[in-house]
Amino acid sequence: MVVGGGVAGIQASLDLADSGYKVFLVEKSASIGGVMARLDKTFPTNDCSMCILSPKLVEVGRHINIELLTLSDVNTISGEEGNFEVSITRHPRYVDMDKCIACGLCAEKCPTSVPDSYDGNLASRKAIYVQYAQAVPLKYAIDPESCIKLTKGKCGICRKKCPTGAVDYEDTRKDIFLNVGAVVISQGAETFDPAVHDTFGYKKYPNIVTSLEFERILSASGPYGGHLVRPSDEKEPEKIAWLQCIGSRDAHIGARGYCSGVCCTYAIKEAMLAKEHSKSGLDTAIFYIDIRTNGKDFEKYYNRAKEEAGIRFIKSKVTEALPVDGTGGHLIRYINESGKRCEEEFDMVVLSVGLGVTNQGADLGQRLGVDLNHYNFAETSSFSPVESSVAGIYVCGAFQGPKDIPSSVIDSSAAAGVAGSRLSGSRWRLTKTKEVKKEKNVAGDRPRIGVFVCCCGTNIAGVVDVTAVVASAEQLPNVVYAEQNMFSCAQGTQDKIAELIREKDLNRIVVAACSPKTHEPLFQETLQSAGINKYLFEMVNIRNQCSWVHKQAPEEATQKAMDLVKMSVAKAARVQPLKEPILQINQRAMVIGGGIAGMIAADNLAQQGYAVDLVERQARLGGNALSLYKTWKGEDIAGFVKQMVEKVEKNPGITVHAGSTIKKVDGFVGAFGTTLEKEGCREVLDHGVTIIASGASELKPEGQYLYGTDDRVITGLELQARLARRDESLDNVETAVFIQCVGSRIPERPYCSKLCCAQSIRSALELKENKPETEVFIVYRDMRPYGLREDLYREARQKGIRFLRYNFDKGLDVTNEKGCLKVSFTDFVLRRKMVLSPDMLVLAAAIVREKNDPLAGFFKVTQNDDGFYVEAHLKLRPVDFATDGVFLCGLAHGPKPVDESIAQAQAAAARAVTLLSAGSIPVSGTVAQVNPRLCSSCGVCVSVCPYSAPRFSEKTDKAEIESALCKGCGLCAASCRSGAIALKGFDDQQITSMIMCA
Amino acid sequence: MTTDFEPEILMFCCRYCAYAAADLAGSMRLTYPANIKILQVPCTGRVDIIHLLKTLESGVDGVFVAGCLKGECHFLQGNLRAEKRVLAVKQILCAIGMDPERVGMYNLSSAMGPRFAEIADEIVKKISDLGPNLIKSAAHKNVTVHRI
Repeated sequence: MVVGGGVAGIQASLDLADSGYKVFLVEKSASIGGVMARLDKTFPTNDCSMCILSPKLVEVGRHINIELLTLSDVNTISGEEGNFEVSITRHPRYVDMDKCIACGLCAEKCPTSVPDSYDGNLASRKAIYVQYAQAVPLKYAIDPESCIKLTKGKCGICRKKCPTGAVDYEDTRKDIFLNVGAVVISQGAETFDPAVHDTFGYKKYPNIVTSLEFERILSASGPYGGHLVRPSDEKEPEKIAWLQCIGSRDAHIGARGYCSGVCCTYAIKEAMLAKEHSKSGLDTAIFYIDIRTNGKDFEKYYNRAKEEAGIRFIKSKVTEALPVDGTGGHLIRYINESGKRCEEEFDMVVLSVGLGVTNQGADLGQRLGVDLNHYNFAETSSFSPVESSVAGIYVCGAFQGPKDIPSSVIDSSAAAGVAGSRLSGSRWRLTKTKEVKKEKNVAGDRPRIGVFVCCCGTNIAGVVDVTAVVASAEQLPNVVYAEQNMFSCAQGTQDKIAELIREKDLNRIVVAACSPKTHEPLFQETLQSAGINKYLFEMVNIRNQCSWVHKQAPEEATQKAMDLVKMSVAKAARVQPLKEPILQINQRAMVIGGGIAGMIAADNLAQQGYAVDLVERQARLGGNALSLYKTWKGEDIAGFVKQMVEKVEKNPGITVHAGSTIKKVDGFVGAFGTTLEKEGCREVLDHGVTIIASGASELKPEGQYLYGTDDRVITGLELQARLARRDESLDNVETAVFIQCVGSRIPERPYCSKLCCAQSIRSALELKENKPETEVFIVYRDMRPYGLREDLYREARQKGIRFLRYNFDKGLDVTNEKGCLKVSFTDFVLRRKMVLSPDMLVLAAAIVREKNDPLAGFFKVTQNDDGFYVEAHLKLRPVDFATDGVFLCGLAHGPKPVDESIAQAQAAAARAVTLLSAGSIPVSGTVAQVNPRLCSSCGVCVSVCPYSAPRFSEKTDKAEIESALCKGCGLCAASCRSGAIALKGFDDQQITSMIMCA
Repeated sequence: MTTDFEPEILMFCCRYCAYAAADLAGSMRLTYPANIKILQVPCTGRVDIIHLLKTLESGVDGVFVAGCLKGECHFLQGNLRAEKRVLAVKQILCAIGMDPERVGMYNLSSAMGPRFAEIADEIVKKISDLGPNLIKSAAHKNVTVHRI
């Protein structure tokens, strides 16, 4: 059972259901989606939030092994791991889900309007409602508190209007009892409510809004249809201010002491998008304490915001936001970085509100007996980041701590992985298998093409004239039907497309919307559900490759969209139904890298019942963790690593290949063949999936700040190692100085190494604890102890560790003057030169990766400019690679602390198990086929194919292609001199038809 | 050469790298001229000489192939073979008196959205300078074009 249907709960449900478990997803509201469904765009790619979430919503809605319980609350849980008894209350919806067709007639006529909480109460909805257009399940619900029929017994209009008789005022609450093996809590977070303590007059003044309300203002489906206007007069603002840390990093009553971790980056995102929306050169300013852009690629986003978008960043303490008479604006008074009082007027103010546990979340936690920390987040250990204090109850997402979408998704997969490892005995016991719908044979029928053009809110329709595109599509040959959709990917539209396929007897479908990379599978499934082969589909990308990139030229963009549709319609007329060959998945896994991440991944896979080969380049397991002392929470890493190494080495399911390097990789998902070399001997291992956990290392800043020439200068990791072995040299230290961001956040390495701030503070506290009279200084650019690490930062300040922010532009020098170390820099607050004379200087050095890692070539995976691997999707597929069957975790993905590496390793294992447990998977029907009558048996195809798919038939002496081996690249088709080979789905006729329309 | 010439350009992009890079350019909201249309292929190894020649024959002013970085082809060597084919087409164009610059090959990874936008700008500029494809204007003048 998964409790909470936000993005975390959705991911956990999908991973569990795909690995062979029956899942009950319990959601308290009328539909799933959570906070992510309310966001406009997501950082740092500015991808449309709904566009990337929607396919997942639909997948959950359609999944045969996920049972969705909406409007439901969990009351009690009894029993133990493997056998829990759960009692759930399902509140009445007053609408029969089986009958409701979401036509909306009821809401149209409903006389009662109430503020729409989905839209941040900026717009209104009716008492009978769906939360949003793409909601899953797309079924109306009646809000019993505002419906006048239910409160006063009058009205009843919706029942009269409903064409299917779905409205049922007599619906009652139902008690449901479930028996489940494991519980995953993903209750999520809610944003801080600044109205409670009247922060800056929020709610008193309409032009002070929260960041979540501002998301809705930006959103095309929001209260102002995506026009950037302020609520008081619906005029476009010229100046907007963001105030950071509202309800975060604040120990005052009502606020929370921790850092919410996401607000800096989302404020940057909102400011960038607001600038894009504005027609009149919007001025944006972000008032902050520290900018904490420590996630993967967030620092580059920050740099872009500063340097390219021209967003102003003002380090300050804001004291008030006074309303300015008659203008609707606010005067912001603040103390700037050098302690001076300043003021500036803005048209609109956005409060960057932090994240906190919902009351229901805390309440549920208490009822289930799960330990909560002093902020009501679930208490977990760094070494088992998704396990609650109760065996069998797992936690993920923002219920465990404030976190962004990728971290939530990683945690959810991890929770699925750990829960799966404990239940592996009952895999596939309770699941159902999907009934394969019989496909209508359309081969040989005249093409009847349906064209669907998506507006994507304003993402497409804001630039491209969608109506004109539809009109031109109607005129194209073989097109029998064309229409436009607000969101083609919404569940409602999907059902409608399926309906139209049957009604209009369509046998080819063209969808002009976003990228096939993200949405093609969704539409193909709709085709299947309507009973036609999924390859009778073509997708036109008029968003990423048209409206988004040609917004300066709407007419040309519209013309291009028409041409692209024409090309795809021409091809669609020539596509044929294809069969998918089945590929067997070898039931062994390979994990590359024997650090913490690799060991955890291998251990989880072994617990789930799969044999693992664990490959480590060094002679012993442990990786970087061998030099680590304590986590930021103070847990003993050395002890944990020792225990883990023993566990892995003793596990009969894991074969450790230490001191081995990978020389060659053949094959592909399901059937990899990897050649290892150990002391000159080579061995080939077969495996079905691969997890890359090859780590990264700490930069050795040779030559910088006297590192390497003066023994007193060491790196952060070296200090941890000294602390771990209680090195005597530490006893003589009287003054220690830490320098942060050594080698990070510089043009050569424009990223934040994420873990160094908390590590330096931890080490500093240890020094202080060992010898309280030690003077400790931390010299920094921005302190970034995100999340609950803020507590540690506060503790350090209380214990007398001195934090000094230096002016990076003016530089920092370390010199040796007559044997004395001198650290000199310009202090930001005092604006004066300062000199410290430490007897130990610790450099918080960057986390680095080699840029030309041979593994990248072996497994066809990409490294980014900094050497870290590029995942399939930054937000929603953070541990998958674009290459099927290869997954990643740990430092190889990006700098991160131990707890996050462990969660990611468990997540990677869970994702790998979704493939392993399936046993076999259908592979693409896009394969090559030989026409034996044309084949001249020249052998070119046999020699060019990298996968040895073509061979000569013994009977006919002509070439034949083994479809399970064919990867569909088309090399043979292009190389065949006789024109005998066709790549199905991309044959010469199809390509030429597109060329002729271009 | 007329100044209002708007070239038509077709680009064959491989699914795993170049097409993904074009997607990324969109996500990053970069801008480039609308003259370029993308035709997705599974791998640039699928692109045959005849496809490039047919494109030019149909009157398109420039045709380009964009695949993965060298050595990083998802299908091992498809991009290297495509490059050879592009060279062969260049030779054919020289032989028939057409500017070989109307065809070209680019390599980029899926992470290189900005590079994609840069390439698009570069190509449009190059083809604009070359002027219209003569086959197109020949067709307008009803001159018989011998089918290749």
